[in-house]
Amino acid sequence: MENTIVKAENYNAYFGDNHVVKDVNISIGKNEVIAVMGPSGCGKTTFLRGINRMHELIPNATAKGKILLDGQNVYDMNAIYVRAKIGMVFQRPNPFPNLSIYENVIAGYLLNGIKVSKADKDLIVEKSLTSAALWKEVKDSLHKKGTFLSGGQQQRLCIARAIAMQPELILFDEPTSALDPISTSSVEALFHELKANYTLIIVTHNMQQAARVSDRTAFFYMGELVEFDDTKQMFTAPADQRTQNYITGRFS
Amino acid sequence: MENKRLDLSNSQLKWETIFKRVLVTMSILLVLIILGVLATLILESMPSIQSLGIKFLWGKIWDPVNNIYGAYPFLIGTLLTSFIALIISIPFSYAIAIYLGEYNPKGWLSDLLKNTIELIAAVPSIIYGFWGLFVLVPIVRAFEMKIGVAPYGVGIFTSSLILAVMIIPYASSLGITLIRMVPSPLKEGAYALGATRYEVIKSVIMPYTRSGLFAGVLLSLGRALGETMAVTMLIGNTSAVADTLKNTIFGPGNTMASVIANEFTEADHTQYLSALIELGLVLFFVTVVINLIGKRIITKFTNN
Amino acid sequence: MEAKIGFRNVKSVIFKSIIIFFAFVITIPLIIILVYIIKQGIFQVNWHFLTNVPAPVGEKGGGIINALLGSFIMVMVAAVIAIPVGMAAGIYLSENPRTKLAYYSGLCVDILQGVPSIVVGIVVYFWVVKPLGTFSALSGSLALAIMMLPIVIRSTEQTLRLLPDSLKEAALSLGVPYHWVILKVIVPCGFAGILSGITLSIARIIGETAPLLFTAFGNPYLSWSLTKPMESLPHLIFTYATSPYDDWHNLAWGASFILLMFVLILNIVTKLLTRRWKIQL
Repeated sequence: MENTIVKAENYNAYFGDNHVVKDVNISIGKNEVIAVMGPSGCGKTTFLRGINRMHELIPNATAKGKILLDGQNVYDMNAIYVRAKIGMVFQRPNPFPNLSIYENVIAGYLLNGIKVSKADKDLIVEKSLTSAALWKEVKDSLHKKGTFLSGGQQQRLCIARAIAMQPELILFDEPTSALDPISTSSVEALFHELKANYTLIIVTHNMQQAARVSDRTAFFYMGELVEFDDTKQMFTAPADQRTQNYITGRFS
Repeated sequence: MENKRLDLSNSQLKWETIFKRVLVTMSILLVLIILGVLATLILESMPSIQSLGIKFLWGKIWDPVNNIYGAYPFLIGTLLTSFIALIISIPFSYAIAIYLGEYNPKGWLSDLLKNTIELIAAVPSIIYGFWGLFVLVPIVRAFEMKIGVAPYGVGIFTSSLILAVMIIPYASSLGITLIRMVPSPLKEGAYALGATRYEVIKSVIMPYTRSGLFAGVLLSLGRALGETMAVTMLIGNTSAVADTLKNTIFGPGNTMASVIANEFTEADHTQYLSALIELGLVLFFVTVVINLIGKRIITKFTNN
Repeated sequence: MEAKIGFRNVKSVIFKSIIIFFAFVITIPLIIILVYIIKQGIFQVNWHFLTNVPAPVGEKGGGIINALLGSFIMVMVAAVIAIPVGMAAGIYLSENPRTKLAYYSGLCVDILQGVPSIVVGIVVYFWVVKPLGTFSALSGSLALAIMMLPIVIRSTEQTLRLLPDSLKEAALSLGVPYHWVILKVIVPCGFAGILSGITLSIARIIGETAPLLFTAFGNPYLSWSLTKPMESLPHLIFTYATSPYDDWHNLAWGASFILLMFVLILNIVTKLLTRRWKIQL
């Protein structure tokens, strides 16, 4: 596949002796929206965090196998560099409380001491906040701290912060599970717009969300990638019995 | 642009390692400091340990002029001042803990009392000593005349009084935390059976917090044992041992800490100095052990 | 039955009164002491007092500038030593709580907190004064720094423990290296708590005498040198209070008043800072 952006080859992840992600092989193409779903503890978040090498930051966490980003194995690259190249949005919105909204958006540059001209900074902030559908709401309070923002707005700020780094790939770890329904739909609407410029991998606990937003869906169960297919296909006629059981609510 | 970013990340990786090493080094430094303190104390008291042996601990004569050294007067002084101070301070510490922990945990009056207690802990010991010297000593002198002992004014009793005030905050602040930690269901169960407030405190709260409060007493004791300046100024600085307990308490004496403070700079020969250091070593062990036991009880208590 | 209940209620009320009595009676000695110090000391303080060294025996007047400057210098140097070391150790302990080093290091912090201040003075005497051949402000500062460490370490550790992990994760996921995550995100977010530990430790050491008895020793003249003996407020109070001269007693009262004011202000500042953070100092 020439248009592949992420490819996992025999990827395994462990917490100590606990084999949490088992032999995953998956290929994801550019500008796709991929949902990763499965019951609690199935390894989907662990797999996601293996892509941008956040997994190994946990004590006793190890990984085997390859994950290729644009053909290069991330485990052969500089980990800091990998994390800068891949964006991540977390379950709980986590803007930096000691920085203003403006500073939060360009935090990736600020905290790394990367020199950017004021004009360029302004441009990045406006573009990122616009892409995150937050510009109009905050453009007059850019220099205030973001603590007055609602949950949904804070999450969109975090998305803007990730976008500002100009990644090709953005990872989402259950991004709406801590949000109310209205904020959830505003973030889901965002996925649709972001797709044009980015590849999105979204771990979700919510089957309906997976069905709503993604092109293809991956189903994880007990550490294994059980099935990976077109979303429509997966939800109407899944190939594996386990997928069928999950979709019909036999277990969650 | 990409290469610049990669170069940055590569140099950052190096600095990451350096930073982590610095953190580790500083933590190791802490261990080295303690080991260093222990090593220095042992090394410098070696001459005394070797020549006097264990008899040092119950030797009753401290006569540097004739090179005779015995720690007994100072052990007595330390034990008496600390325990008398403890006994005096415990009712007050407990009362404060019960009041602020159970009767009145919130509100302006409780904040006022809490701040007062913290203020007591904040006042430097030298100021307690100075005040004691000019105000407490004459009062004690008058008292001693009344009860028919030699009116020194200074002495173990006076030091114990000021020490008692100084150590109250240590047991009380721990006590407040512990009493507030007693689970409500436990207390409510007793109230539901018709118990009065006093009975709930006596039969539920006190037994529950018993070991923790004991730890608070140990911490107060640790503080008392290590106190130097206020005691030095009020204890009279004698290394002789009195004949009766009454005369000991109401007469001058010395603690391990005060004799070191007074005589360290006058110790002109090795034997003398190392005997003093040996006292410091004993003091070190005793205070460390008591503090650690206290802290261990607290962690066990708070983990339950 | 009713009589019994009545009796038990009376007992409860009596008990409460006893408790209240014992709890509040302790404010009396404190107030007496504070009032006395203020009364004796406040009128000693004037411009002359603050700008002159103590007068020789028999001469009237004199001041405490050598002690003021000495305390200031030694506390600053002690802070410069203790703050980086303490913060680094505190960061390590909060970031790596389950390592063997964290266990032993934490144990040593607990031990250090209980070491009597005079013992610290003895040890620093052998580490610095003896090799250097002279009493010095530097040795005094080192002794004070050692006493500051446990408070700075514990307050840093506990403040950082209260911060959510998500903060660190957000920064790391942006490709920020570990040292910037700690220094530019975590520490600034915990700044108030860490600072309160620093102000509290300074409030503690500013009144410490015992560690300075055989390190900085004392100096009747104004001195800026770190390698010579230096006077300090608490040491001056000790020397002059225990002397037989009334003039010197007056100097000591004035110095006590000033010391007390510094300690009070620092404690108030600490209180204001800890309002945001419920840490147990």
